[in-house]
Amino acid sequence: MLPKLFFGYFAAVIVILSLLVVTRRNPVHSVMWMLLLFFHVAGMYLFLNAEFIAAIQVIVYAGAILVLFLFVVLLLNLREELKTERFITSWPAGLAVSFAILVSILSALRSFLPGPVGSYTVELVQKETDTRVLGRVLYTQYLFPFEIASLVLLISIIGAIVLAKKRMRS
Amino acid sequence: MVPLDWYLALSAAVFAIGVLGFLTRRNIIIMFMSVELMLNAVNISLISFSHYLQDMRGQVFVFFVITVAAAEAAIGLALIIALFRNKATAHVDEMNEMKG
Repeated sequence: MLPKLFFGYFAAVIVILSLLVVTRRNPVHSVMWMLLLFFHVAGMYLFLNAEFIAAIQVIVYAGAILVLFLFVVLLLNLREELKTERFITSWPAGLAVSFAILVSILSALRSFLPGPVGSYTVELVQKETDTRVLGRVLYTQYLFPFEIASLVLLISIIGAIVLAKKRMRS
Repeated sequence: MVPLDWYLALSAAVFAIGVLGFLTRRNIIIMFMSVELMLNAVNISLISFSHYLQDMRGQVFVFFVITVAAAEAAIGLALIIALFRNKATAHVDEMNEMKG
């Protein structure tokens, strides 16, 4: 009963906050609701025995990505945004498409069967701690994707600098 | 014990809200935040699969998704700044020409 209560709280808050994020007029308010949303998602990860992922959710998403969003929103000075219309004129089409996606995923869930369970049981992960188990998998089985991830981050740093710097007058 | 289907239904709901925001908003920053919302929805389903199927691969995937999301946020926000410098607007329906 108690786990279901916890899940109900987190699920309700996550859905309400994501609706608030996509409907607020002021982008700063959207960023703030999104911050609260990311903390609730991190709580849900803790609930699913994924402490390390919950920590990097808070550090990377809430700490780095959202601060970047906030900087850009404040940099762009969106004063006229508060007066103009929020949604495009053909918003019912978007609503219909998203509702169709929701209905199709939910109806596909009814015939969903989970595959065979693996060897990382809850007891093993709790005994070894999540970070150690994840690190062992990441540095042995997924070493090359891990290296590629560092390359992706390097390219994004170079790309962000090239795109955002002022163009030289030649 | 909460059934796995509940988590997947929550993930589907958040994903659909992200699609809704991406398709209906005019502000490019909110559209970009909707993409982050969709990535988070997928992360929720991957973590719940990892927990219920007792496999670490779901968490490894989430690790890579968060890496790519960070890279994408940096590049995308740099693109938004470059766009704003040229057009002085954040509305996507006013960006209707390819000339820079």
